[in-house]
Amino acid sequence: MLLVYCPYCDVERAETEFACRGEAHIARPADPTQVSDEDWVNYLYMRTNTKGVYAERWRHIHGCGRFFNAVRDTVSDRFLKFYKAGETMPDLEAIAKEAGK
Amino acid sequence: MSDLLANDLITPDAGEAPLLAQADVSILKAVPVTRLSYRGREGSLKAAGKAFGVALPVQPLSNSTAPKRAALWMGPDEWTLLAPEEELNAVFEAIEKGLGDTPHALVDVSHRSLAVIVSGAKAEWLLNTGIFIDLSLEAFPVGTVTRTIFHKAPVMLWRTGPDTFVVESWVSFMDYVSGLLVQVGQELAAA
Repeated sequence: MLLVYCPYCDVERAETEFACRGEAHIARPADPTQVSDEDWVNYLYMRTNTKGVYAERWRHIHGCGRFFNAVRDTVSDRFLKFYKAGETMPDLEAIAKEAGK
Repeated sequence: MSDLLANDLITPDAGEAPLLAQADVSILKAVPVTRLSYRGREGSLKAAGKAFGVALPVQPLSNSTAPKRAALWMGPDEWTLLAPEEELNAVFEAIEKGLGDTPHALVDVSHRSLAVIVSGAKAEWLLNTGIFIDLSLEAFPVGTVTRTIFHKAPVMLWRTGPDTFVVESWVSFMDYVSGLLVQVGQELAAA
């Protein structure tokens, strides 16, 4: 079982308390009426499906209920960083390098 | 019975038989209380705390108590406020009045959940059969309150004493939660 750190509760808890909500930092277009169908499909469905280090959204659903972001290596399933929602995306390459990937 | 008293709000229901009564662990149903869910931003906390009677804690997983009042941290903008059952209207109106136009949400959730008091030397061990949290006093000191998962049911866990925990779950999950606790407790006695 994965141990996930919640930056709001400031504790590490079992994965069962959390829900993973997919890739992080995907901004909803500010004015959907001006977006072409193709761009809307890209926004709605297309994800990078990274092999390696990437940022994803998690929710502490059975705890404080808050969304936050985590950087996870999808190959080793190791978490490399946790940060609160709204914070800017960290430099994934630097994190990957630091972790020796 | 004083060692079984969780605090002045969550007390054993005298009219109910204990669910489990063993030398090293007991499970008792708690009396009904007023439960209010409060949500609001930082700017509203001071007024809400003043109207309620005890300051709302801002430290994660912490609680603050006063006579007949308890405020439990549930999330960065969410608190559960406890008061005696008969004071529901008084407390509710006091907070609404104290906050006035400040944006907030106050909801009466008194009947949403039930509480049991799990106490005794083996309480920690008993809860750990379904909760994957380090419940040692260093990691989970007295006063810590958190929502978590008990087997498959969401519960709220509140440590009110070194050997005493309040376990609160939704009404429809309580049979599942207390049933599993009792079953494991009985196995403990048989072992």
